[in-house]
Amino acid sequence: MSQVPQITRIQELIYELPIERVMTTPVITVSPDTTMSELKEILRVNRISGVPVLEQGRLVGIVSIEDLIKALESGDIHAPVRERMSAPVITVRASESVVEAVKKFAQYKVGRLPVVDDDGNLVGTLTGGDITRGLLEAIGLDYHAEEISRYRARHIFEDIVSDQTGLILRYRIKARDFTGGGSASSKIKRALDRLGAPPQVQRRVAIAAYEAEMNLIIHTDRGGELIAEIQPEVIRIVATDNGPGIPDIEQAMQPGFSTAPNWIRELGFGAGMGLSNIKKCSDAMKLESQVGVGTRLEIVVRVQPVISGSVQQSEGGREQGREQEKP
Amino acid sequence: MKLRDIIQVVEGKVLTEGVNLDLEIACAAGADLMSDVLAFAKPNALLLTGLVNPQVVRTAEMADIAAIVFVRGKVPGPETIALAKEKGIPLIAAPYSMFELCGRLFEAGMASCDLDVQGKGS
Repeated sequence: MSQVPQITRIQELIYELPIERVMTTPVITVSPDTTMSELKEILRVNRISGVPVLEQGRLVGIVSIEDLIKALESGDIHAPVRERMSAPVITVRASESVVEAVKKFAQYKVGRLPVVDDDGNLVGTLTGGDITRGLLEAIGLDYHAEEISRYRARHIFEDIVSDQTGLILRYRIKARDFTGGGSASSKIKRALDRLGAPPQVQRRVAIAAYEAEMNLIIHTDRGGELIAEIQPEVIRIVATDNGPGIPDIEQAMQPGFSTAPNWIRELGFGAGMGLSNIKKCSDAMKLESQVGVGTRLEIVVRVQPVISGSVQQSEGGREQGREQEKP
Repeated sequence: MKLRDIIQVVEGKVLTEGVNLDLEIACAAGADLMSDVLAFAKPNALLLTGLVNPQVVRTAEMADIAAIVFVRGKVPGPETIALAKEKGIPLIAAPYSMFELCGRLFEAGMASCDLDVQGKGS
């Protein structure tokens, strides 16, 4: 898989995730009267590199390991934090999205930001590490959510009880839309994947639907409709249009017979193989047409082959099934 | 044969970044007729083609084709490349003709897609 979607998702998350989801709590704080030497112990024991300074519950500064080093250098290790801290403090709000913190880190070149609520009370601290951890966790959750939705889709036919449950997907297909051609079949294939259909069934339905979709694009005056009806044991694809209609269906079914214009042949289609391909992929196929009225093509693919073992009986499906075993 | 070895044999250039070079390819087919591809190509096949329109990628998607090699150094437009990236199908541009490329791959031991379907067509 390409790496592009992952990066995009992280970019999205930076905007979506509120700071409160990734910040560190509870906050370790010191008072302005804490000495730098006491601060050294607090940083060491908690293995952190800075703390906010609170005076009677109010945020008045921030003091870091860098301030501590400077104090050591100047022999000021017993000075109160008040004299060594940075103030005023740059803060972020808990409800803001992570991107706001990223901007402030870049703008002020600080390593740590105190997080405040809407009333200005200190509720957490935030470092670059917190953001990285939070993003990784959120991606993990996303992955988990995707798994759950896959699981649900897979069990939809067990969850919903009726005498005959089916899912109907309906797509409008535009005539001559060669570039967009196949997008409906692509969505049908994806739906089958999510519903847990076996790969060879997905492939047979996708090829048949795609040929039918291309026929609507190439041969109709005003496009048509592609409908997929998905049931646990059977998938039915119906392609309908309002013209021009097929004068001789028997002739149209012959491999190699084509009425497609040259431009479409140059694009690799219209060689008269579409209908025979559809037949090959399907367990049953019905083509009805009336010139000047329209055409209706119905394709049936069974999910569980009804007769197992009789390879010769049907041309289409069995062959595909055997291919699958081959590699 | 692994995609990595195929790229070397055809002296190809990968047009879609982030490709899994260890992808195992089962067999290969060369065609400019997409209906032929839909009829005869097998899952996890390599497709060699002189066509560069988006339908080549669509065809590959429907038929579970693993990767596409464009012959004679043809490079598809951004639409085709974008669709291939979206569908996770590697695209490769190779500088030689269809005949030469098929010959090179055959010589390197690549299997043909149509070997065991001879005489089976409907």
